[in-house]
Amino acid sequence: MSEINRSPDIRDGVKDAAPVLMAVAPFSAVFGAVAIEQGLSFHEMLLACLTIYAVASQYVMVELLGQNVPAWSVVLSVFAINFRHVLYSAAIGRSMARFSGPQRAAAFFLLVDPQYAASEARAARNGLRPAYYFSYAACVYITWIATSSLGGLFGSLIENVERYGVDFILPIYFTGLVVGFHKRPSFLPVLVISAGVALAAYFTLGTPWHITLGGLAGLLVAAALARPEGEGIPKGEKLNA
Amino acid sequence: MHDTVLIILACAAVTYLTRIGGHLVLSRFGEIHYRAKAALASVPTAVLTALVTPYVFTNGSPEALAILVAGLAALRASLMMSVAVGLLVLLALRALLI
Repeated sequence: MSEINRSPDIRDGVKDAAPVLMAVAPFSAVFGAVAIEQGLSFHEMLLACLTIYAVASQYVMVELLGQNVPAWSVVLSVFAINFRHVLYSAAIGRSMARFSGPQRAAAFFLLVDPQYAASEARAARNGLRPAYYFSYAACVYITWIATSSLGGLFGSLIENVERYGVDFILPIYFTGLVVGFHKRPSFLPVLVISAGVALAAYFTLGTPWHITLGGLAGLLVAAALARPEGEGIPKGEKLNA
Repeated sequence: MHDTVLIILACAAVTYLTRIGGHLVLSRFGEIHYRAKAALASVPTAVLTALVTPYVFTNGSPEALAILVAGLAALRASLMMSVAVGLLVLLALRALLI
């Protein structure tokens, strides 16, 4: 192996991560506050951030823990919401030829949405090297842990959450996430069918069946409407969360 | 160990599975069927829509309107801005209607 100068990779990784940090910080701070408000201890909140590292699914987990649903359905919901990572993993794995086995194992742990987007762009321009990947990842991960801790510490000081709308941030945030996927094929049919089936299940079978059944119905619609040439995830999609 | 800690660790395990799984599976089997691919791409839309819909219909009009406005804003603005706008609408309407 030839000696490679890593400093340009590290510098670019930090530079590319900087704008993302400002998007990550408010969400992780709010997550810290919401998790405490929903009854998690500070240590449980921190453990979730350290080990799961996927904010959308962590919001769902906290929400479901508050609703006292069975443990398996909490884990299944987290799995379902994080299932999109399978596609990132399959796609970016092909650009990881320069990564050793342990480096790959660590890299996939850190594969959040912006990490995937930045890594794809880097792979196309300069080739993806571990120094770039991990310096970018370190910035996002450290910011994520630091700001969620701050949110957890100061969020518990907030009383009367309705006044600040903290009780309704989750559904608003999920709505924004959903609309971020509007360029995907069959977006509208999936949205309408999932919403309809979820509502019917909610009023008949109750929580959390509306999530499972509404979600499954949407997937069936997407599979039924798929065309062979259709791209799974369009280029240029706003990747957040 | 506490139940919540076990659930968190299980969630961490399945999340890691999704992050390494695509690579492990695809590096062995090559291309996946286009219908499966389309279903995978629709997972976040379908699951999150199913999660949010009851909130729209089981709360008051400030909540429903806040979701509508945040959704419309997210067509153009960033996720952070859309959430902020939705939250502002919610707080303004709640203040007006109390």
